[in-house]
Amino acid sequence: MLADVPVAMIIVGLAAYLVLAGADFGAGFWTLAAGRGPQADEIRAFCRHAMGPVWEANHVWLIFVFVVAWTAYPVAFASIASSLAVPLFIAAVGIVLRGSAYALRGVVTAGRTLDRVFALSSMLTPFALGTVVGGIASGRVPVGNAGGDAITSWLNPTSILVGALTVAMCAYLAAVYLAADAARLDEADLVAAFRKRALASGLVGGAVALAGLLVVRTDAPHLWDGLTRGAGRAALAVSALGGVGTIALVVRRRFEPARASGALAVVAIIAGWAIAQRPFLLPGLTTAQAAADHTTLVALLVAAAFGALVLTPSLALLFGLVLRGRLDEAPPSPAPPAQPPAHPPSLPGRGVAALAVACLLSTVGFLVLAEPGWAHAVGIASLFGCVAATFVLVMAERPGPPRP
Amino acid sequence: MSAAGFAPVVQQYLLQARQMQALSLAVHIPLVCFGIAFPALVLVAEWRHLRTGDPVYRTIARRWSKTMLTLFAVGVVTGTILSFELGMLWPGFMASFSDVFGLGFALEGFSFFLEAIFIGIYVYGWDRLSPRRHFLAGIPVAIAGVSGSLFVIAVNGWMNHPRGFRLSGGQAVDVHPWSALFGNSYFWHELVHMYFAGFIVTGFLVAGYYAWGYARGRWGRYERAALTIALSAAALAAPAQVVIGDWAARTIAKEQPVKLAALEGLSETTRGAPLHVLGWFDGKDVKYGIGVPKLLSILAFHDPNASVRGLDTVPPADRPPVNVVRFAFQTMVGIGTALALLGLLFVYVRVRRRRLPQSRWFYRAVVAAGPLAVVALIAGWVTTEVGRQPWIAYGVMRTEQAVTGAGGIPIGYGALAGIYLVLAAAVFWALRRLARVPLETEDAR
Repeated sequence: MLADVPVAMIIVGLAAYLVLAGADFGAGFWTLAAGRGPQADEIRAFCRHAMGPVWEANHVWLIFVFVVAWTAYPVAFASIASSLAVPLFIAAVGIVLRGSAYALRGVVTAGRTLDRVFALSSMLTPFALGTVVGGIASGRVPVGNAGGDAITSWLNPTSILVGALTVAMCAYLAAVYLAADAARLDEADLVAAFRKRALASGLVGGAVALAGLLVVRTDAPHLWDGLTRGAGRAALAVSALGGVGTIALVVRRRFEPARASGALAVVAIIAGWAIAQRPFLLPGLTTAQAAADHTTLVALLVAAAFGALVLTPSLALLFGLVLRGRLDEAPPSPAPPAQPPAHPPSLPGRGVAALAVACLLSTVGFLVLAEPGWAHAVGIASLFGCVAATFVLVMAERPGPPRP
Repeated sequence: MSAAGFAPVVQQYLLQARQMQALSLAVHIPLVCFGIAFPALVLVAEWRHLRTGDPVYRTIARRWSKTMLTLFAVGVVTGTILSFELGMLWPGFMASFSDVFGLGFALEGFSFFLEAIFIGIYVYGWDRLSPRRHFLAGIPVAIAGVSGSLFVIAVNGWMNHPRGFRLSGGQAVDVHPWSALFGNSYFWHELVHMYFAGFIVTGFLVAGYYAWGYARGRWGRYERAALTIALSAAALAAPAQVVIGDWAARTIAKEQPVKLAALEGLSETTRGAPLHVLGWFDGKDVKYGIGVPKLLSILAFHDPNASVRGLDTVPPADRPPVNVVRFAFQTMVGIGTALALLGLLFVYVRVRRRRLPQSRWFYRAVVAAGPLAVVALIAGWVTTEVGRQPWIAYGVMRTEQAVTGAGGIPIGYGALAGIYLVLAAAVFWALRRLARVPLETEDAR
């Protein structure tokens, strides 16, 4: 039982990555497909703006998936990473290019090359990650150090299909979210532009998903069996309902609920994959066989619980601020008036200097001369004290008007 | 599941795989320094603004926070590369041991998450949050920068001193991840050493930028105040690092005597061992070096006649490449000492005279100190990581048992090197753009 819990965490992580970072990738896609003319510039600017404060936080979900995978299922992770090194490397390259284009774009007003690099890497990374999923799902990764074929394990019908589907889902999610953002800001032109894009990409995504089922049927029969029976079939049905529902909501301009149903449609596909593959991670390797020691799994759960405790309110704060528009570009506000100093600068007293010297002596005694571990701990604490006290002394300015 | 499927494979490009990993680490580690130290410096500036109402400190905090975000975004992607490489290049290591140390990365993931959330709020929240709440939003960024490196260094400490498991058929069993990572005697000195390195690298690089401007006449109140904050941090961290380095070396003498022997080029176990500065290890002795009798025994064990273990205590196949390690170590110590002296000079002038140094040579030295600090940082990591060879997990698994069986490593290595060159150029250009935003515009916004 415990051995299956990390799979659930990985699925949650993948779903969050797809729903959040996927939309960022999709926004990158729409900068490429913005067309020409003044409205195109407006669309591109809007795509960029939407990613602002949340991009880094969204990206972390991928790291979360990795660390859970390798901590909980070491052999399976190592088999996957070594067999699928090529698409993973391509995805990593895409992430680097995209991340740097992003880092630059905060600073630089749009350059054409930068835009293209950004948009192309926004498609490359989801496609490559999709082929990784396709390789695993179609049973092409055997247990072992680089045991799978370097090429066909990720360039095969299922992988290509899943890669294309991932790109389509990203574009679709982004269009729905951006339409909702535009509606919130009462940008009628942008609402119309993204509404059109949401409908088009939703239809394309649905078509690719349907075509995908046919491909899976011949290319990965065991996956097909899992997807067309029991819980797997239910997940697909939920996804289909979510997709159709989202299109209906977008048609009727009900964008906020469309955000949720669009995300649901996408998440259900991931859940369906996990259900269809159960209980195998890799051919011949079940989750129970692949799972790490009991103590490690418990430690991972404790860490995750602690992480959730800290991160849930933090994420709620971030998305609360973003969705309420509190972190949007505000109109330039006047610089706050120079307040009279709350505490006029004064020179630190002799006590600070005495503290610095005392801590220094204590450091020499406990860290340099003494041997036991507890003494070193005291010594390090003293060293920090010495540095902090001296920092106060060094930073102190003479009271009075600033010297020229 | 046993790791039986993970019988070691022959990889003709093992050296290239190691270099690719080393390149990725060398690119990422300077950014980690900014993750550790920059939020603290930004908060010091903002704190001074809140306490004194002086707008110049607000301008400093604001401008620095944008640089901080840019460097953080680049650190995110270079750090992602590292997590990909762990599995892509070293699957044998991951298959056998990632259940022991993986927890460290999981915790690091969470603290990175926290950092990403609050750095967004902090940098996009200027003018939009109340001054107090804005300052508070910066505190988790500073904490997470430190805790993130803490968790990763716990993993490195474990690689140097693997504990908390039993080996059975090539697989770790009976795993105790918490004590393996945090009850590890090798972890604390690495952590504190890296923490201070963060302030040295960040402080001198930031101060170096303003010292560069000093020579070009950019020397207003803004520049002086910014330089004072950054340089004060670096100037105090550099001498403190000497004390910590001494502690680290004594721990290594105890825990990894072969690494110490490689650092010092000591081929045979010696009572009252001498210390050599400079020179070249010819396989038996240090040639052309300056020897100080008994100093190594004194430094390592506080006893002039203590016996220091030599390289001969292990078979030749278990020894690290001495000259690489020794050269890296001497580079780190040499630069570190010079930076400590520069720092003490600054502290003396500030505390005794209550002003900034006035010599042009001082500012030239500060300009040089930034890049030198980065060199010392990399040299330090080369010392500990090449000094760990031929082991990936010290005494437990060899690097050659860990490497991937996949082909194409040279292609990946070349591609990555090319991408990092482009990335470095792009970052340099972006930071220059940020620095050139006129101060007045910045203040008005």
